[in-house]
Amino acid sequence: MNAYVGTATSRVDGRAKVTGAAKYAGEFAADGLAHGFVVAATIPRGRIARLDTSETLKVKGVLDVLTHAHRPPLADKDEAWKDEVAPEEGSPFRPLYDDSIKFNGQPIALVVAEDWETAKFAATLVRVDYQEEQSFATDLEAERSKGAEVKQLHKPRGDAARALAGASVRHEADYFVPTEHHNPMELFATTTVWDGNGRLTVYDKTQGVQNVHKFLCSVFGKKPDDIRVLSPYVGGAFGSGLRPQYQVVLATLAALALERSVRVGLTRQQMYGLGHRPATIERVGLGAKPDGTLDAVTHEATAVTSRYEDFSRNDTGWAEQLYKSPNSRFSHKLVRLDVSTPCDMRAPGAASGVCALECAMDELAVALKLDPIELRLKSYSDRDQSEDLPYTSKQLRECYARGAEAFGWSRRNPAPRSMRDGKELVGWGMATGVWEALQMPVAARIVLTANGHAEVSCAASDIGTGTYTIVAQVAADALGLPIENISVRLADSTLPQAPVEGGSWMAASSAHAVLGAAEDIRQDLARLASTMPASPLGGVDAADVILVDGTISKNGDKGRAVSIADAMRYGKLERLEKQKLNQFAEDKSHARNTHSAVFAEVKVDEQLGVIRVTRVVSAVAAGRILNTKTGRSQIMGGVVWGIGMALHEETVMDHRFGRIMNPNIAEYHIPVNADIHDIDVIFVEERDDRINRLGVKGLGEIGIVGVPAAIANAVYHATGKRIRRFPITLDKLLD
Amino acid sequence: MADAANQIPDRIPIDLVVNGVRRTLDLVPWTTLLDALRDHLELTGTKKGCDHGQCGACTVLVDGRRVNSCLTLAVMKDGAEITTIEGLASDGALHPLQQAFIDHDAFQCGYCTPGQICSAAGLLAEGHAKNADEIRELMSGNLCRCGGYPNIVAAIQQAMGRP
Repeated sequence: MNAYVGTATSRVDGRAKVTGAAKYAGEFAADGLAHGFVVAATIPRGRIARLDTSETLKVKGVLDVLTHAHRPPLADKDEAWKDEVAPEEGSPFRPLYDDSIKFNGQPIALVVAEDWETAKFAATLVRVDYQEEQSFATDLEAERSKGAEVKQLHKPRGDAARALAGASVRHEADYFVPTEHHNPMELFATTTVWDGNGRLTVYDKTQGVQNVHKFLCSVFGKKPDDIRVLSPYVGGAFGSGLRPQYQVVLATLAALALERSVRVGLTRQQMYGLGHRPATIERVGLGAKPDGTLDAVTHEATAVTSRYEDFSRNDTGWAEQLYKSPNSRFSHKLVRLDVSTPCDMRAPGAASGVCALECAMDELAVALKLDPIELRLKSYSDRDQSEDLPYTSKQLRECYARGAEAFGWSRRNPAPRSMRDGKELVGWGMATGVWEALQMPVAARIVLTANGHAEVSCAASDIGTGTYTIVAQVAADALGLPIENISVRLADSTLPQAPVEGGSWMAASSAHAVLGAAEDIRQDLARLASTMPASPLGGVDAADVILVDGTISKNGDKGRAVSIADAMRYGKLERLEKQKLNQFAEDKSHARNTHSAVFAEVKVDEQLGVIRVTRVVSAVAAGRILNTKTGRSQIMGGVVWGIGMALHEETVMDHRFGRIMNPNIAEYHIPVNADIHDIDVIFVEERDDRINRLGVKGLGEIGIVGVPAAIANAVYHATGKRIRRFPITLDKLLD
Repeated sequence: MADAANQIPDRIPIDLVVNGVRRTLDLVPWTTLLDALRDHLELTGTKKGCDHGQCGACTVLVDGRRVNSCLTLAVMKDGAEITTIEGLASDGALHPLQQAFIDHDAFQCGYCTPGQICSAAGLLAEGHAKNADEIRELMSGNLCRCGGYPNIVAAIQQAMGRP
């Protein structure tokens, strides 16, 4: 039954991607395609006093300039602008809606021309006068005291303040995580194709075509059949494509205004006006008994949001659930600033919150003179501490053991500055990672044709995560067909339902939808085959029949089989179609999480402060791994992100102007090839019969969590300097 | 009458030999080679990731050398031989680099991939990279946000036939 699931199957969309055949949102052609170029605001707060487009309109080839004062109608109720992942509180941003400026980089006009070159040039001729609001704020640290408390899910345990104050060994500190931008390689773009009579086909860069579809229908007052949204390939997103972004509104607005097809592509600089990982001050307090067991854990996160929406994520819940501690208190505060609303970015909440927690644990280990792994094992919990629930599975202990062994942790000299390689100081650090194992309602359709080919379809996106491939693997195994006979269609709003691709939930969710549809196909085929004249399956119960090697067979007896083709011919079936919504047993009595243990080696040039991450071992327990090749890539990518978060990434704001100073990928540093050395990914066996039928948990986020802390802890071990302000750049080491 | 300074200047006719086929274009002078390929020749395999020469997604081979096509005006390359990702496979058979990228899962979203592969083809032709460290250094003009670097290095090593 398992020819493909669990193997290192190469991506089924690989050929399309290496030959340039894969088409992304801004690459679809259309007759008479016009091109839009965005004009963005250059102040953080105020009003548009005058917007003069007269010079722009004189340029030959310019078709129109859309502004808040000159555009087709847009919905006026907040509800119409709330997509499926919009924050509950607030009023979503509406591009070109009115004259108010809410953040620097906000789109204020769209120049539409016959070609891109003309639109880009003509956009430079738009003249804007602002009525600037002098009181604006973009600096979290300066505004920290204005944080508004977000309601907590759980009550505090014990008396954390007293326990912390009275602890024999105590550590308390602020850790600062700056604003970060996703910077997917593909620029955000939308091609809206005018199909006539107000009907539109929208190719959009998004993680959720049905989310965008519903959003566009409500924003433009369209019927579901009027709009179709597709995103067959997405050039990375990492959370930035969860909510519909403004270019999809602008392209569609222009298509409706001009009654022709329009493409709007953002520049890299303009993408810094989209969502971001919010800058956050993470204050963590840990109190321990003399033997090193935790007695108090406190974690207070103070994060940025915009003035118009309250975006908050779970930064502190990880500290709440991970370690045993009788006393604990958690809080999350939001500071509203004149910036665009933050959004999910790879492992939102956890990447920042666990970073602080695991740095703090390292500092506590140093204070206690305990090995960092030993400290974690002393307060290891087999139950989720926030809900006091057992886990469906938790092999974190094994992650520590396997990771430590592969890394060679036992050879570590605990004293800082004790290890060297020539002129470089060597540091070894470790940290724990944790994420959720979520699953969402997803439906899949399978169409099996008599020639033994199956098409599997679902509205889910593949943002590079490997959804096409795992869907094909699961279908091939469940239908007993070679993977070459499976074709997969995804990311079309007309296909069976799927939420946005995010939160690491799509692998488990889509796999079980496919499994369900295949199960219905199997039952129909079993029934059909058993009724054939002189059927070798006569009298065999349908439950005892499997699909294997293109046949319908009695389980364990390959001699009793009918070919799928023969059965379908007998039933006069050209095709057999089944659609199924996945179903997961309701289980409120268990916690569902993935875990990891991350080990990092850094080498630091003592004179120059240059830091290199020379080795990372990530030992991950995430249930069953559907595809060891694409799964390993996901973890590796997460580790690279963690290296970026630790050492490189920071969106730098000039608070005097409320403007980002490094809105490009030369000055916003992300890891390049030469920054990345050995990354060893270990999948720790974690059998989970409870979470779902296949025992799948998902891998998209867990790879990054813990990595920044492991590196920061290694930097401390190498240099004796504790840097609590990320990223750890060489100037901070030389201070 | 419209301000003359705001008017688009005359288009300039150029010839490019793209993947072995001569193509004639009339372009405004500030059209980049990247936009000429993507928008005017519908060869969208070459990607735009920054338009500023910072990411390498637009890498193509011009007369055999790897260049950032976003930093190259099309009119500067009149008469040049351009090879894009669409021209690497011959008669349906993948270029060894293309196969190696699939074998080693050297991409996830696939957006930087055409640039990575064209850049790697240029790297192999240059002959300077002898080991993994040199590959890493000489491939650092091509960003991969999915973080596929170790697999990219392994794929290039396979195509080089060296460990």
